[in-house]
Amino acid sequence: MNARRITASVLVSLLLYPAVSQAGGAVPDPSRRQQLIYLLRQDCGSCHGMTLKGGLGPALLPEALAGRRAEDLAASILDGVPDTPMPPWRGEISEDEALWLAGQLLKGLKE
Amino acid sequence: MIAVFRKTLQLLAMMFLGIATARADGLRGTGDLGVVIERAGGSVLIVETTGQTVLGRVTGLGDLSHASVVFSRDERYAYVFGRDGGLSKIDLLTRRLVGRIIQSGNAIGGAISDDGRLVAVSNYTPGGVRIFDAKTLAPVADIAAIYGPAGQRSKVVGLVDAPGGRFVFSLYDGGEIWMVDCRLCIDGGKPVLTRIGRAGKLPYDGLITGDGRFYIAGLFGEDGLAMVDLWQDPPVIRRIMDGYGKGEAKLPVYKMPHLEGWALADGRFFFPAIGRHEVLVADAGNFREIGRIKMHGQPVFAMARPDGRQIWVNFAHPLNDTVQVIDVPSLKIVKTFTPGPAVLHMEFTPRGEQVWISVRDKDRIDIYDTRTLKRVKSLPVRKPSGIFFTARAHRIGL
Repeated sequence: MNARRITASVLVSLLLYPAVSQAGGAVPDPSRRQQLIYLLRQDCGSCHGMTLKGGLGPALLPEALAGRRAEDLAASILDGVPDTPMPPWRGEISEDEALWLAGQLLKGLKE
Repeated sequence: MIAVFRKTLQLLAMMFLGIATARADGLRGTGDLGVVIERAGGSVLIVETTGQTVLGRVTGLGDLSHASVVFSRDERYAYVFGRDGGLSKIDLLTRRLVGRIIQSGNAIGGAISDDGRLVAVSNYTPGGVRIFDAKTLAPVADIAAIYGPAGQRSKVVGLVDAPGGRFVFSLYDGGEIWMVDCRLCIDGGKPVLTRIGRAGKLPYDGLITGDGRFYIAGLFGEDGLAMVDLWQDPPVIRRIMDGYGKGEAKLPVYKMPHLEGWALADGRFFFPAIGRHEVLVADAGNFREIGRIKMHGQPVFAMARPDGRQIWVNFAHPLNDTVQVIDVPSLKIVKTFTPGPAVLHMEFTPRGEQVWISVRDKDRIDIYDTRTLKRVKSLPVRKPSGIFFTARAHRIGL
């Protein structure tokens, strides 16, 4: 994808984006959203795969998460999952940001 | 338009580099070549370490978000294992993709047999090991990692080659270590599987020592490592470094350590602790802990310079902008660098006078002189991760 198309799609998503996420938390600003998606793909990706189809950790694609609640996913992001390698991200990711990320995962990320 | 222009420039640059490094008779060896994974673009760069240049790029390798490479024994071909189950064979001389299959849905790594005839891949989905003819990539064996009374399928990690045409690997979910002897596979014989036994909870990676004798699996779910002496017949599993966490709460691990390339130096093993910002030191004779070195963060790779004099260590997110160097005789950290965000991998040149370091978020490879500890050069690379030099072809377990 070239830079112009990225800019265009960022602008479109800015225009369309609701100020409050589906799950009810405040939506992070665009540059923070970009950081969070980068973190998701690169760093969550080291266990869940850069395309989120799973690795040592489970897949995070919408099909795999069907039926899960955003609040529960956000709680796993913030506090980790006991007895698994999933670490807590609280401190690096706020509660609103975790809810926003959970919403993105349930909806599916665009490329 | 701009893209076309850029492509043309790149082509010209590659042609120029090609000309600059080729000999008049058009022949060259491959002992100073290597492969660098560009994880975001599904491509690899072919590099050479004598003049430290990029020779070319090979594309179309699929999802390389986690990828590793082994080399044919003639050091001409590289086998690239991709996250999406892709197994690609690259000719380093012509810089062409000469074979490619999708052998599973989700893979983690691979190994090449001691005789160079078999390539094995460890898979997450479906969990198991698949083995292929190194020449043709035709399938020769398929081992399903099925464990427990309910017959569940386990992800497979820590796959290595072992002497005698064997491969050893660990079952992440199943907590076991298995070995397969595939010497006769290529001529139509069946693989001979040995379930060596119970390793412990959640083995996350494994390695074989350079002499091919000890296989060691790191355990995420327990404080300790599982070790197999392959010289014993039948081989048995022994626990080593038991309780190195001594019941202390673990720190969160934002990236799993890699055990491959772990360090044996001066009669001591150096390896990343898990959930602790330490490198552990064990006596290589009896595997007893003899020390710990406090580090900057959770170590990911702890790699010995080929002569064993230094250990270079990188770290997990969010402290992954740093590299530290341990001086082996004194067990002291002698240098801390900050090459930039997301240092993902390090590879020494065959005799260790230089080390290449991938700095993902700077789109750069930094090359250091390991004696002066100074950076000598940087190469632009798109989102680099793993760096693999052909000298691995002649080392057991790499």
